[in-house]
Amino acid sequence: MPKTSYSKPTIGATGETGSWRTFDPVVDYDECNRCRTCWLHCPEAVISLDEDGTPHTDYDYCKGCGICAQVCPKQCIEMVRTDERKRRTGEV
Amino acid sequence: MKTELMSANYAAARSVISARVEVVAAYPITPATTVPEQIALLNEDGFYTGQFIRVESEHSAIFACIGASSTGARAFTATSSNGLLLMDEGLHWAAAARLPIVINNINRSVSPSWNIHVTHDDSYSKRDTGWIQFYVSSVDELYHTIIQSFKLAEDERVLMPVMINSDGFVLSHTLSSFDYLEPEEVDKFLPPYSPPHWVMDPANPVSHGNIVFPEYYQEFRYMMHEGTKNALKVYEEVEKDYKHLFGKYFGGPIDCYKCDDAEVVFTSQGSIAAEAKDAIDELRDEGYKVGNARVRMIRPFPVDKIRELGSRVKGFASFDRGVSYGFGGPVANDIRASMYHTKHRPMIKSYIGGLGGRDMTVTDIKEVILDTFKAVESGELGPEETWHDLME
Repeated sequence: MPKTSYSKPTIGATGETGSWRTFDPVVDYDECNRCRTCWLHCPEAVISLDEDGTPHTDYDYCKGCGICAQVCPKQCIEMVRTDERKRRTGEV
Repeated sequence: MKTELMSANYAAARSVISARVEVVAAYPITPATTVPEQIALLNEDGFYTGQFIRVESEHSAIFACIGASSTGARAFTATSSNGLLLMDEGLHWAAAARLPIVINNINRSVSPSWNIHVTHDDSYSKRDTGWIQFYVSSVDELYHTIIQSFKLAEDERVLMPVMINSDGFVLSHTLSSFDYLEPEEVDKFLPPYSPPHWVMDPANPVSHGNIVFPEYYQEFRYMMHEGTKNALKVYEEVEKDYKHLFGKYFGGPIDCYKCDDAEVVFTSQGSIAAEAKDAIDELRDEGYKVGNARVRMIRPFPVDKIRELGSRVKGFASFDRGVSYGFGGPVANDIRASMYHTKHRPMIKSYIGGLGGRDMTVTDIKEVILDTFKAVESGELGPEETWHDLME
C-alpha cells in the first residue's frame, strides 16, 4: 500500500458513484438544441456528446446534483426519481 | 560556520536560508511575526531565494505549504497560539498526506484572557495531529533543530511533518549567540527533497485526498503511527550525522544532566528546562542527588528513555507549562503511562505552572524539586498534581 491515498485518473476510481443518486437528469431531446451548456457545467464530467452535440448522461457515475437541469437554457432537462426514470425506460 | 548574535526568531529565519527552503507561506501573529518579517526582508535582499507567499490567514499559510510540499518543494511556516489553532485542519491534513513540512511554533498563551506570553497549551493541543514535536531551550538549538527537522521529516521511514516549539519572548525576542551554517555547508547534510511517493505534477496527474472506504482507512492511519514512531530511531541517526559534520548535539529526545546517580529527576520542556540546570547545580551543592531531564521531543514520546530513567530514580518532578484540562500535566501523564507496564514504581509528581509567561526562576524550580524530595523521603505521594505558585 502507498503511504497515503492517491489515484491515477481512471473512470470509476472510487466505484460506481451513480449509486448515490436520488434524482436522475432526463433530457427532452425534442426540445434540446444541442447547445452543450450541460456538458460544460457537469462537475463530474459524466455527460458525453454525439458529433452533433446531443448530450448523454452516464448514469453509472452521475451523482444527480441537478446542475445540468439548472443551467439548461431551454429548461428541457427534468430531474426525476431514479425509479420513475427506470419505469419510463422500461428498465423495471 | 560563523557565530551570530540574534533572537530566536531571527535565527529561525536564517535556518530557512541554510536549509534551502523553497516555499515559505506565513501570516503574522505575535510573537511569531518577526520570523516571516525577517524572511521577507531576506527575500527582498536576495539572501532567501525561495518563494515567500503572503497569505490572508494561518489556514491559508498551512494549505499553501501543503500545496508546495505536494509538488516536492521544501516548505516552512511559523506561527503562534491562535494562529496554530486556525491551522488545525491543515495540520491533520499535512500529517495524513505524509508531507514533510516544518513549522516553528512560537509558544504563546491561548485566548481568552488575551496574553502574548508563553504557555505550551497551543502546541500541547496539537499533540494528536501526527506532527513530531520538539521543544527547544536556546537560540542555537532552535536554529539547528529546524535544519535537522527537514532531514528527519523527509526520511522515507518517517515522512511526517515536524513542529519545533520555542517559548514566546523568552526565546523568540531574546538575543543570544548561535552558530550559523551557510547553505553550502548544510548541503553535505541535507540533500534536496525528493518525494518518495505521490507528487503533484501536471505532467503526471493524480488525485490525492480522494475517498477511502472503511476497508482501507485504518491502514493509512497505522502507517502514520509507524512513521511517527520511527522518528525516534531516525532522529538518533540524524543527530549522529549532524554532530559528526558540525559538532552540534542537543541531547537526543531527552537531554539528561547529572541524571546518572540522581534520586529525583526534574523534567520540563522549553526554556524552563535550561533554567533548571542552575537549580540542579545549587541543589547538588546542597547535597541533593538530583538531575535534569529536558524533554526535547514529546511526539513520538521517548518511552524507552523514560523507562530507563524510571528504573533508576526514586521520583520524577514533572513540570508542565500547560494543562490537559481535567487531567493535569500532559507530559507528566505520559511519564506515568510509560512506567505502568514496567516493574518500577518511582513517584511521579506532576506540577503545573509558569502559565501566561509567569516567571519560573531557579528558586521556583528548587521549590518544586524539594517538594518531590519530601514526598520521596516520607513515602507519601501527596497531591497527584500541584499548581505551583497559585494565588489563594
